[in-house]
Amino acid sequence: MTSYVALIYSPDVDWSQPEFADGMAEYQKFGEDAASVIRGGAALYHTPTATTVRVTGGKGGDVVLSDGPYAETKEALTGFYLLECTDLDEAIRVASMIPGAWNGAVEIRPALPMTVKIPTLETADTVTQ
Amino acid sequence: MSQGGFGGDRAAVPRAASAELTVALTDILLAERRQVLASLTRLTGDLGIAEDAVQDAAISALQAWPRTGIPQNPRAWLIVTAKHRAIDVLRREGSRWAKEREAALMQLHQAPDDFTVGVLRDDQLRLIFTCCHPALAAEAQVALSLRVLCGLSVAEVARALLVPEATMAKRLTRARQKIAAAGVHYRVPDDADLPDRMRVVATTVFLLFTEGYASRSAGTHERRSLAEEAVRLGRLLVQLLPGEAVLEGLLATMLLQHSRRHARFDAAGDIVLLADQDRARWDHVLATEGVELAASAIRRSQNSPERFAVVAAIAACHAIAGTAQNTDWDAIVAWYDVLARLDPSPVVLLNRAAALAERGDVRAALDAVETLEGLDDYFWLHATLAELLRRLGREPEAAVAAARARGLTGSIAQQRLLDRRYLAP
Repeated sequence: MTSYVALIYSPDVDWSQPEFADGMAEYQKFGEDAASVIRGGAALYHTPTATTVRVTGGKGGDVVLSDGPYAETKEALTGFYLLECTDLDEAIRVASMIPGAWNGAVEIRPALPMTVKIPTLETADTVTQ
Repeated sequence: MSQGGFGGDRAAVPRAASAELTVALTDILLAERRQVLASLTRLTGDLGIAEDAVQDAAISALQAWPRTGIPQNPRAWLIVTAKHRAIDVLRREGSRWAKEREAALMQLHQAPDDFTVGVLRDDQLRLIFTCCHPALAAEAQVALSLRVLCGLSVAEVARALLVPEATMAKRLTRARQKIAAAGVHYRVPDDADLPDRMRVVATTVFLLFTEGYASRSAGTHERRSLAEEAVRLGRLLVQLLPGEAVLEGLLATMLLQHSRRHARFDAAGDIVLLADQDRARWDHVLATEGVELAASAIRRSQNSPERFAVVAAIAACHAIAGTAQNTDWDAIVAWYDVLARLDPSPVVLLNRAAALAERGDVRAALDAVETLEGLDDYFWLHATLAELLRRLGREPEAAVAAARARGLTGSIAQQRLLDRRYLAP
């Protein structure tokens, strides 16, 4: 078995707004249909809530923040972490320790509080049985 | 406390208040507003809800107080009224997550009607550090500070920053959304982060000040009052966080520049250059305060001086010179050397070059300016070049530089200065 990340590129909407409830329902349905293979996931708040973290001068250098998403094409998406932090300050501190931030950038986006129940490995196994 | 002011009788028509009473009420509301807003923001955890609740409480006060008289503790009255209002809104609101809403409601129900001095102080700091959070764009920080900390209306913020009102409303909404969704918490930064975060706050307040001071375009009066708002914030910061070199340096810099406000323009609205200003028209009370604060900021700096302390020291050199001829340009160049070590940016080097020219080293100044990179679209680069070339007797080149500068400024006063000095036949 191989693990895959499915990165979703779609219109930049604010999923927390009631007008996107229909779209969320479709995701809910997908979540149920694909429950056997889903190991995690989240809807993200729209890009104006993003913060991009860079560390200039490599490890231990100055942490430079910019408001908004990573908007360049120089670097490529090379990995991701799902973090649970008390607030944005902690998320920024952790992001600045990710090696990718030392020679690239780490975009931090808040995830919507989970409304879809993501099956754990065991429950997923139960579904497939 | 009397319940007479809020809730039930909102629709009652107040007896016509006299103009003086209205002014007195408005003054109290302005004075208490930021404080009440800061505390409500902590209790609700939501800037938008807190702003609406405080706004409603202020309207209730304007309706009730002319009848009931001003309460003994106006702030407590406003806090109680705003708390009730926030509870109403939270109960009705569906889009927030239940857990957060319950937490906010519990906070509101349990909170006392007024707070101790220490809590009030921390609440204000929380609000300031939130509005000036480094994850917000600089322009969003400036707009939020004016709206939230200075209490300007959206229309006033828009006018002050020369942005259409609808654009400004959107910018403010986005900033509030980011604070709420991205999890910018209302708190005073940890000791480890505090120095950096104070520098961010200082930079934002100074940006606000320069927006008002530069008067790059029409509407000089409005923008001049922006400078006043920035000075007020600077004083508040020094009061809330005393003994900090960066904040003293910030306030000193603003006071020293602001002390020259009456001398910077002549009766016709034309710019008067520093060397030509009538120093009797400087505000010597502000200038003296600025010089003392600048000295204090330098004294407090450990290891290497704070950037704002050095900027203040440079401004202080001008303030203590009785006449333009007596300015100690050696000292100013030396301070610029210190500044350039802290911040070797092209803008600092450009200012250093201008100081070199004033000291008499015009040739060296021109050499320095010509090596600067990244300032092609910067007004002051071309304006400085024009002046240096003029002093070296190279008028035709000076005119070319001045024309370039002219195209980079929206300020009619700056354009007229360039025309007068370099472009007149």
